[in-house]
Amino acid sequence: MTVLSAVQATYVVAGVLFILSLAGLSKQESARRGNVLGMVGMALALVATVALALESSERPWQVTAGLILLVFVVGAAVGTWRVRRVEMTQMPELIALLHSFVGLAAVLVGYGSYLTEPQSDTVHLVEVFLGVLIGAVTFTGSIVANLKLSARIKSAPLMLPGRHWLNLAMVVSAAGLLAWFITAAGAGADGAALTALVLMTVVALALGWHLVASIGGGDMPVVVSMLNSYSGWAAAAAGFMLGNDLLIITGALVGSSGAILSYIMCQAMNRSFVSVILGGFGAEPGTPASAGVDGEHRETYAADVAEQLARSRSVIIVPGYGMAVAKAQYPVADLTEKLRDRGVDVRFGVHPVAGRLPGHMNVLLAEAKVPYDVVLGMEEINGDFTETDVVLVIGANDTVNPAAQEDPGSPIAGMPVLEVWQARDVVVFKRSMATGYAGVQNPLFFRENTAMIFGDAKDQIERIIQSL
Amino acid sequence: MQIGVPRESRDGERLVAATPATVQRLTALGYDVLVEHGAGDQAAMPTRAYVESGARVAGREEVWASDVVTCVNAPSPPELDLLRPGAVLVSQLAPAMHPELVEALAARHVTALALDAVPRISRAQALDVLSAQSNVAGYRSVIEAAEEFGGMFTGQVTAAGTTPPATVFVIGAGVAGLAAIGTASSLGAKVRAFDVRPEVGEQIESLGATFVQAEGSAQEVSSDGYARELTADQEAATRAMYAAESAGADVVVTTALVRGTAPTTITAEMVAAMKPGSVIVDLAAPGGGNCELTVPGERVVSDNGVIVLGYTDLPGRMPQHTSQLLGTNVVNLLTLMTPGKDGQLVVDLDDVVVRGMTVCREGEVLWPPPPVQVSAAPSAPPAAEEPEAAAGPTPEELAEQRRLRSRRRTVLAGLGAVVGGLAIAASPPDAVGHFTVFALAVVVGFYVISAVTHALHTPLMAQTNAISGIILVGALLQIGVDDWLVTGLAVVAAAVASINVFGGFLVANRMIRMFRKGAPTPHVTAPTGEVAR
Repeated sequence: MTVLSAVQATYVVAGVLFILSLAGLSKQESARRGNVLGMVGMALALVATVALALESSERPWQVTAGLILLVFVVGAAVGTWRVRRVEMTQMPELIALLHSFVGLAAVLVGYGSYLTEPQSDTVHLVEVFLGVLIGAVTFTGSIVANLKLSARIKSAPLMLPGRHWLNLAMVVSAAGLLAWFITAAGAGADGAALTALVLMTVVALALGWHLVASIGGGDMPVVVSMLNSYSGWAAAAAGFMLGNDLLIITGALVGSSGAILSYIMCQAMNRSFVSVILGGFGAEPGTPASAGVDGEHRETYAADVAEQLARSRSVIIVPGYGMAVAKAQYPVADLTEKLRDRGVDVRFGVHPVAGRLPGHMNVLLAEAKVPYDVVLGMEEINGDFTETDVVLVIGANDTVNPAAQEDPGSPIAGMPVLEVWQARDVVVFKRSMATGYAGVQNPLFFRENTAMIFGDAKDQIERIIQSL
Repeated sequence: MQIGVPRESRDGERLVAATPATVQRLTALGYDVLVEHGAGDQAAMPTRAYVESGARVAGREEVWASDVVTCVNAPSPPELDLLRPGAVLVSQLAPAMHPELVEALAARHVTALALDAVPRISRAQALDVLSAQSNVAGYRSVIEAAEEFGGMFTGQVTAAGTTPPATVFVIGAGVAGLAAIGTASSLGAKVRAFDVRPEVGEQIESLGATFVQAEGSAQEVSSDGYARELTADQEAATRAMYAAESAGADVVVTTALVRGTAPTTITAEMVAAMKPGSVIVDLAAPGGGNCELTVPGERVVSDNGVIVLGYTDLPGRMPQHTSQLLGTNVVNLLTLMTPGKDGQLVVDLDDVVVRGMTVCREGEVLWPPPPVQVSAAPSAPPAAEEPEAAAGPTPEELAEQRRLRSRRRTVLAGLGAVVGGLAIAASPPDAVGHFTVFALAVVVGFYVISAVTHALHTPLMAQTNAISGIILVGALLQIGVDDWLVTGLAVVAAAVASINVFGGFLVANRMIRMFRKGAPTPHVTAPTGEVAR
């Protein structure tokens, strides 16, 4: 038994642990176990790799060991520090940022791999090339997503003229550079090959930046999961170029995971996956805002809402991104507890694309200690609205828009929505009468059974709690 | 400005136009509120409570001399004389039935707003006194009937025998009718109900009643929210149905009002055919009554022992809640008319709602207002169908498109498989092994992730992110390479990847720990049947 074969065996174990880890995440009860299994798998893989790296080190092993130790110290310190500081509302930005790290690592590993053996067979060259390409796209794409989500650049889609042609041109030129790269490397012209690789990296960085920049903020949940997928493919490509099955398995797992998440998101918005990726919700011009949705809204006040809630038997709370912005999850949890103590049946209805990340609302509510078994998904709860006394819509807009079902001319027509208007009374918490991310007016606000409560959601809910 | 809330002078009136709660909201709008001493006594709202809510107590003359006076009933002649010229009166006025009152108000240069003339449009619902009071009246009608009826509403099976549930027949499913249906069925009665507008059948059934229809009596959807009168044929069929239904009923509640007047629904003949001891509550009594035997304001017993109640003060018999609802209607109206929230009343006649309610202003009679065409019935279906038929592709076209798309997809997938297969066949043997692993991992990933619950998608992402930090393995192996450039690149790559590994796992862990199962859910109550609008 050599070190290599022992390492290979450990890799198999780690790969299985990763699969079990993701399987464990399918349910809340087993999620913690899944997380631990992933950590164990990662620890095993790293220990084995360090052993292999020391064994195959071309320098004195002490130098390599020192460098590896340095890397771990830096990674652990920065990683832990970032995570401790992050607030749950900032989770989307953090995850986008982490994706960019994988992309960057893939690019660097690709270069390293090429520099180690510049003369190799075509397959390996193609693998290096693709690994760098995917890594670079992931890197800049994630950075743009991070900037958009943290509102450091504006989230409106960038609309360059002929943007689809621009993307196509970049892909074609990358293909051309691939041909050049292979012929140059095959002919032994290392300088020319390296130039091709660097040029392609620049093109890929630009492509990643442009792809995400032309996608509007409303589609960010899809983008983040798509980048998640890319980071997986980047790892898989690195696995191919290094001939490492563990990287391939893990990369493929992550890649398909992100792809499925994006697909689920797109279905929840009734959008074609391709059109989201190529940029442009809200970008489709020519769909005029549907007519006849103007009207008068009815305003209500915290004290009245409190009374209304105290008298109801069943309440459903529909949170949206506005709840995250107002950081209202704590008072909402407080309100939930108070009402449940009184015997009111309080539940939550979460739309799949509420927030800026898949499952964003669930995390926020969990943070505020709302029990997860009262937090239900759209399909689970949509049938129950007819039997509900009061629905509190907190900072959600497009996901509760009846126009999606009733107005075939609406830009969000056909998107599945929470049918809150079926309830006896609806109270909408909103800062003003402005439209949602999709820029579509919401006829829900003008319904007879809808009352609006304006102002900061957090303050208003605290006031309701006081009046209870 | 100052708002005056006088004590109602009409005999037996127990309502009041403002409650301590609504006084608070009026004050918040910037008004000074003046309440006559004892105004809320009959509604169990002591004067002290008004004072605590920020109102000032004053005498009769001072209250009536306020800038805005709000009361429940139209002022009596002596009260009219107390109103200042230029004052605003907010009250129920029944302008259609009392033109002389409108004239008198105009002569005094009073701006009068009739609370009972609110246009029937969605946004005006919050000020609609008639809706609010009809709701109370409908509820009370069943309570009155239950008192008069010599039996229990709910059926019972006891050791001493079985009693059947009472049968309640409700005519007219407007606000009052629906309230009566809801109340009667929550008391356990078997409820049957009829309305000339077929579109309310669904509402009737939603409250647990049976919708009774007469042959051929179906009427068109009305365009202004009010019921219309029937044609002769329809009327005959409907009458036959009334006779059959009332003969079988223990309680009949009639609520038919067509533009303020009450058509006869229950004739003397039908009453004679009813069971002795059964009760008729005529909610249309203020308009003359739907039953021929009704005497407005009185309880009458027919020769065959049928009790006919023609009370006209049903809302007033529940003064606490009715006053609260009425007071809220007034507040909502004043909110609408006080755009600045500064206590300055603005009579904006361009607003359809205000225009509809204003019966006179500055000496000029403005009654009747121009008609407001709004449908309270669903007008959406025709509007929605037309553009679809005109612009949208037909189902066949859609199916054709779908077929084409799926064929295209199959072709593309086939091409991809062939190209991929060729590429793999052309690559060296160990690469083929990698491809096998890759393909299997993608499939495993697909099935594993499909099972993940939506709530855990964010932790899932953090976790997969941490796992994709496995690229660290590649970087670590390059650190030992004898080329400082490669080592440098590898160190940077390994550092960022390890940030990912640590950060991803920790943040996933932090999120997963937050998910906790709740205490046993509180008793989940049965769906609420009562829908009071």
